[in-house]
Amino acid sequence: MAENMRMRAQLKGDTTEVKVLMTHPMETGRRKSDSGDVIPANFIQLVSASLNGNQVLEAQWGTGISKNPYLTFHLRGAKVGDIVRVNWTDNQGKTGVGEIAVTLA
Amino acid sequence: MQRRKFIKALFAASALALVPIKAFAAMWNTPAFQATKLQEAMAALQISNVTLSNDIQIIAPDKAENGAVVQIEVMSRIPNTESITIFVENNPTALIANFLFGEGAEGFVVTRIKMAETSDVLAVIKSGNRYFSAKKRVEVLENGCG
Repeated sequence: MAENMRMRAQLKGDTTEVKVLMTHPMETGRRKSDSGDVIPANFIQLVSASLNGNQVLEAQWGTGISKNPYLTFHLRGAKVGDIVRVNWTDNQGKTGVGEIAVTLA
Repeated sequence: MQRRKFIKALFAASALALVPIKAFAAMWNTPAFQATKLQEAMAALQISNVTLSNDIQIIAPDKAENGAVVQIEVMSRIPNTESITIFVENNPTALIANFLFGEGAEGFVVTRIKMAETSDVLAVIKSGNRYFSAKKRVEVLENGCG
């Protein structure tokens, strides 16, 4: 699973900056291939992030998020060694997951 | 239909069980994401009576070379920011993303979006039962939805 997500969680002062890069084509369903066939929609719809198992963020995405989605969010109260976990689910039912421990910046 | 209702109820129940404190939607709002007009998308999300706010900062380029990847940062200084919703008015579907923040998450997000043409990028913040917004014009030099 590690190959479809790259993550970093760095504690700066009392805020933890979490950066996530997901690997996903994010096809809108409006694009055509070279042969003229419509490329089916294939995009991440739901993203969920948790800190030590408690959900802290949920995102609902449409087709307007760029290919290989990038996301940064900020957490308050996280400590070094705490675990940030991110899950995604796309419109075809595929899922991805990534997990990282908080480090000092 | 019966089966669909049952599955929906099951999803709702499991979402509640997992998140006892903050109520996350855990559902993809199909009508909102399929709406082609900004007003329809906002209506589907039950956003109304939006107040312009200087406490929302949108950082985005004035000009985007390539509409396929436009980095957008939204920061809300509004107390108790529960969600940030991003719209691009002139895209084929206006709603880009809806971010919901739980306990411990700040009202802040950076992401990269697609822009079909020059448009306002609109961010709407929910706090309690009130909505606040800010917008930023981004000139797109090359279409990102092709």
